[in-house]
Amino acid sequence: MTWGVIVFPGSNCDRDCIHVLRAVAAQDVVEVWHADRQLDGVDALVLPGGFSYGDYLRSGAIAATAAIMPAVRAFAASGGPVLGICNGFQVLTETGILPGTLMRNAGLRFRCMPVFVRVESADTPFTAALPPGAVLRIPIAHGDGRYLADPSTVSSLEADGRVVFRYCDAVGRTTSGSNPNGSMAGIAGIANAAGNVVGLMPHPERAGEALLGSTDGLRLFESAVAWLHARRAVLQGTAR
Amino acid sequence: MPTFRVTIMLKPGVLDAPGQAVEHGLRALAYEVEHVRMGKVVDLTVPESMRPRVVEMCERFLANPLVETWQIDERETAS
Repeated sequence: MTWGVIVFPGSNCDRDCIHVLRAVAAQDVVEVWHADRQLDGVDALVLPGGFSYGDYLRSGAIAATAAIMPAVRAFAASGGPVLGICNGFQVLTETGILPGTLMRNAGLRFRCMPVFVRVESADTPFTAALPPGAVLRIPIAHGDGRYLADPSTVSSLEADGRVVFRYCDAVGRTTSGSNPNGSMAGIAGIANAAGNVVGLMPHPERAGEALLGSTDGLRLFESAVAWLHARRAVLQGTAR
Repeated sequence: MPTFRVTIMLKPGVLDAPGQAVEHGLRALAYEVEHVRMGKVVDLTVPESMRPRVVEMCERFLANPLVETWQIDERETAS
């Protein structure tokens, strides 16, 4: 499969994403510059972490106006898998592709540490291969990660199974101590209504090799690869 | 050309962590402070034809309507 990794000025996790996809998950990867207007031949997209445009105005706000974004929006609308990681999640909320916003962490600290998240939904390409309730150990590194939305939006996200990851402790319990940034309902990641677009604050690309202390993040990318292969098999079966 | 000052503030009730930090800082300097809220100021100069669209600029980009309010004040234009 071919993955596109969007690179904005100020992205700083793009190389990590390319590395884990190419060297660990054995995928083809193309870098897509923010000023490009087309996504050709890409099966899945990653919006990586970083500090696009220095987080000016609001995190992700300027990147949401980039020339490539109409193509990203169209790819998402067509059902293509899109993963927004950290700043990439912020870009997706600023474009309105995902609801809500990411505010300054409660307590103001930039939180850079491994956390546990519980998989709450398998209805996305990135979690289809993971058992619901699975606990993953993945690092976070953010100053603006406090998920906030209208209470009615959060209720419908919960009711529709669109909360994909929730901060928890090592055995999967959600406690006040397990929420590193004050996110509503301990939300670490959500999906769009169709399930193909996922945004999360933790960095799965930093948990892709045993050397890094965890391979739990790799499971998201591997899940999407398996999902893409299954979709391709179905499409080819239909074509015959 | 028309010049506007847009003042963007977090809605009441939205946790303003930077405002809280400034509040603590002022208290640390022994000032009595009841409450501090932080915001942003954007000065805009636009062609006359854009005057009706300044509100749209705020709604769509300058502020996040989910968590922020904005106030638009037209300023004296230097002649």
